[in-house]
Amino acid sequence: MSDRFFPDSMPPPLADATTLPFWEAAAEHRLVVQRCTACGKTRLPPSPVCAECQSDQAEWQEVSGQGEVYSYTLVHRPLAAGQTLPFVIAVISLEESGDLRMISNVVGIEPEAVHIGMAVELVWEDMSDQLAVPRFRPRS
Amino acid sequence: MSERKACIVGVGETQYARWGKIGDITEHALACQAIQRSVADAGLSMNDVDGLASFAEDRNEATFLASELGLPALRFANMVWLPGGGGGCAAVGNAAMAVETGQAEVVVVYRSLCQGQFFRFGTGGVDVSAPVDPQPPTVRSADSLMLASMGFAMPYGLLMAAAAYALPIRRHMHLYGTRPEQLGQLAVTFREHASRNPRAVMGAKPMTLEDHQASPMIADPHRLFDCCLESDGACAVVVTTQERARDLAKQPVEILASEQGAPKGYAFGPFTNANVADEIYATGGTEEMAHRLWAKAGLGPSDVDVAQIYDHFTGCVLMQLEDYGFCGRGEGGPFIETGALSWHGGSLPTNTHGGSLSEAYIHGLNHVVEGVRSLRGESTSPVDGAEVCLVTSGACVPSSAVVLGRR
Repeated sequence: MSDRFFPDSMPPPLADATTLPFWEAAAEHRLVVQRCTACGKTRLPPSPVCAECQSDQAEWQEVSGQGEVYSYTLVHRPLAAGQTLPFVIAVISLEESGDLRMISNVVGIEPEAVHIGMAVELVWEDMSDQLAVPRFRPRS
Repeated sequence: MSERKACIVGVGETQYARWGKIGDITEHALACQAIQRSVADAGLSMNDVDGLASFAEDRNEATFLASELGLPALRFANMVWLPGGGGGCAAVGNAAMAVETGQAEVVVVYRSLCQGQFFRFGTGGVDVSAPVDPQPPTVRSADSLMLASMGFAMPYGLLMAAAAYALPIRRHMHLYGTRPEQLGQLAVTFREHASRNPRAVMGAKPMTLEDHQASPMIADPHRLFDCCLESDGACAVVVTTQERARDLAKQPVEILASEQGAPKGYAFGPFTNANVADEIYATGGTEEMAHRLWAKAGLGPSDVDVAQIYDHFTGCVLMQLEDYGFCGRGEGGPFIETGALSWHGGSLPTNTHGGSLSEAYIHGLNHVVEGVRSLRGESTSPVDGAEVCLVTSGACVPSSAVVLGRR
């Protein structure tokens, strides 16, 4: 099991058939985005249609998880029992996928030291043997 | 003007209270009370009402309210598809479309909230004191498109509105040097307006900039006093045609223009729109809509005498001031520092009722009510000779707005 940053009682991901492959890949520690096979545009969260060219054909592309902090907030109210406060919610710009952004957390750093433009890298948190959640830490 | 041009002829509300404080009456009964008061204010009776319109996933279905209130016939029942408070002015706009096209003659727009009877918005629906599920964490099935989308926010703890709306204003601060004290000045101004308004939940609690800066941090940069109230209460506005308005109790307030919508990829705002265009992220997301609104009204920001701007969070007001063209992009902070928003001598008196920050959080429909009062000369913080009022609903989410006028 990986390092733990959040308690088991954090809200779990909810998924439907469109979004489930993201979480299945996550369980294997692969961060994937959808890539339109017609125009090449990447997208996240997963969706049935490419918003640029309207194609419904897409493939899953693994990305490295290198990125930077686009925006963030230090949350001082718990979302789960036993949570360490404050915790950091951030919008992360993923480097290699056309600046595709995703919401996640920044961990492994004093929350007050997080800033916009900070270089981060992916770190997996195994919430259980069935669920891994992608989070980010300062790039080493 | 066309005989069927829409106008607002009545407004009403119930008592406003802190969330959970209205427990002796159901939420739909409260809705009925507000609707009855608005219809009485118009000088109409329930026999005249043939349409109901609402928004924000309303639990109080128009079909049932029509039965409870004894409407002779329900010819128009409508709910806006925009999330949360973004739909308030859109519901007014839909009511206007209904009466202008002859679908209905008199439509009442309503909103009722008893958060204690359902759930408290501010927590995002999470109860941290609930027993922990003994099963190992796993992916759960989403039973709606909304929940599947929120599946990319929830596992990171992004459920609370105060945290979601912190993301765009934090980036605004980074880009333009916007400061917490500027947000504080805005909150203090709205509280001053509330202190003059006997309906305001926070009317008896003055606030200084020091109080604001000392209030607990919720989700940086949002302190407690940057966040709107969580309230119980209901309000309603009555929309009909100019022709029907002519022989009613009070001077009608014209709906000069209404707009609703969202930029590309906006979905549920900062909960799900991390990939909206870079130039839109640190805005209220309403700039394009504002252009359409001004064009439709044949007016511009300099024509506005008084504004009621949706204030779920202080930063969202600041970004809307820029979107609607009251100041340039990035200049919202300095604009606030000029004292522009003050009822007393400001260049753009804003939220003269105290807003959602200090009057009550009725998903912003109370801003429409105040917009009408401000043009009737009935506001407790009146703006002399006001003829044009901008009212907005939501920002940083799919939003809507109306321009109200008195001629």
